[in-house]
Amino acid sequence: MTLPAGRPAARLRVDFIACDGRGLCAEALPGLISLDDWGFPAVSRRAVPPRLLADARATVRACPKLALRLEPVR
Amino acid sequence: MTRTTPWPGTLPRLLPACRVAGPVSLAEHTARYGPPPSGPGPRRPEAMIAEVDRAGLTGRGGAGFPTARKLAAVAAARHAPVAARHAPAVVANGTEGEPASAKDQVLMARSPQLVLDGAVLAAEMVGAGEALVVVHRRVREIVDEAVAERVRARADRVRLEVRTAADRFVAGEASAVVHWIERGVPAPTATPPRLAQRGLHRAPTLVQNVETLAHLALIVRYGAGWFRSAGTAAEPGSMLVTVLGAVREPGVFEVPIGTPVGRVLDQAGGASAPLQALLLGGYFGTWVDAAEAAGRPFSSAGLADLGAGTGAGLIAALPAGACGLGETARVVRYLAGESAGQCGPCRFGLPAIAGLLERLADGRGADPGLLQRWLGQVDRRGGCAHPDGTVRLVRSALRTFGAELSRHADGRCRGRAGVLPVPSGGSR
Repeated sequence: MTLPAGRPAARLRVDFIACDGRGLCAEALPGLISLDDWGFPAVSRRAVPPRLLADARATVRACPKLALRLEPVR
Repeated sequence: MTRTTPWPGTLPRLLPACRVAGPVSLAEHTARYGPPPSGPGPRRPEAMIAEVDRAGLTGRGGAGFPTARKLAAVAAARHAPVAARHAPAVVANGTEGEPASAKDQVLMARSPQLVLDGAVLAAEMVGAGEALVVVHRRVREIVDEAVAERVRARADRVRLEVRTAADRFVAGEASAVVHWIERGVPAPTATPPRLAQRGLHRAPTLVQNVETLAHLALIVRYGAGWFRSAGTAAEPGSMLVTVLGAVREPGVFEVPIGTPVGRVLDQAGGASAPLQALLLGGYFGTWVDAAEAAGRPFSSAGLADLGAGTGAGLIAALPAGACGLGETARVVRYLAGESAGQCGPCRFGLPAIAGLLERLADGRGADPGLLQRWLGQVDRRGGCAHPDGTVRLVRSALRTFGAELSRHADGRCRGRAGVLPVPSGGSR
């Protein structure tokens, strides 16, 4: 799948070793990230829809533990 | 590839044929197997990797990854720009953190020279100048002496160094082994980077289970065709299996892959009581109905439709009088305590799941829906497979012992627990 801008599709991935459960990401991107019963982010394994891609990038930058990233969908 | 020494296709291949205790000496080892081929032809790294590929050898530590692909990845990473300044590293992984498993310790205690052969040959294949051998503390002295024998005989160009493994369940995970060697921390690290790209001290690193290396040492000697003369076409070779629980002679046995499960139990003297279930693969493995599994080949293909696999080569036999839910609750409480504690879902989820299982097992009752919810929230949400493996065990227990839940709810379960070994007091 290729996005209109010609970029490859991307999905969110959490580095759970780095993640501290601060929860910022779920507040910033409620459409794609929810919190589990212990407050850790649950992200969709599907590609981020194009209209949310800019928000997703901003959320990745906002993570205080640098635990969230966008990775290409293989 | 030319064969220097023909060797009969009989088992055992890895373990000594006789039951005399103590390790096989370097002289006895060489007399039995002959030396590995020497000279520029067969000992060329590319030729040896190609032979391992043709043999179809897969990792015997539990994950079952094709060994030749790992070897080729590390050998190739040597030429990548970022890694070019670091010579590749080889780690022989004999950590065996699982308390129910003994096969790597038995192999190191009986046939240390074969594992060391494999470590040296793997180092040559990937272009490493040394190999680190990480062993369980119980066999450290034996392996030290085996290395000393080789040094005295000037057997190797590759340097061998022995380390004692961390005594933790997760310590055997490949990145945790590297982390332990580097910093004394037996906890997995994040992927990427993959170890084959950047591992020990930033070098491309091969971490290979010790049994896998022992097979590799024999493939280099006798070739892929010989290796494939045991096992199945899809899963060639033999494997070590730890058999425990309700069998007459628990121990470690070498069997061709695909041997019927019941025949593997026969090797251990057969069942010592009527059996209700078997745990296959290990603590990250799968409970299956004993009667249903007995005729199945002990292989990934033979067990796939039961949701099981060979894992780290373990069969635990649960007698009819035992409580499978209670056993599972004990093991999950242990696994929860063995979490490295780095990832939230594993750190908080596993103790929560253990608590629900304990309530189910002892008749206090718990919400099965909540258990399913938490299993889903833990599965595949860690830096390593520790949560995934635990979830697999619990789900298989619910499948296999689910019918007993009502008896537990009524407090009618009289089954005893204590078949599976669980070290007390959290870490050992």
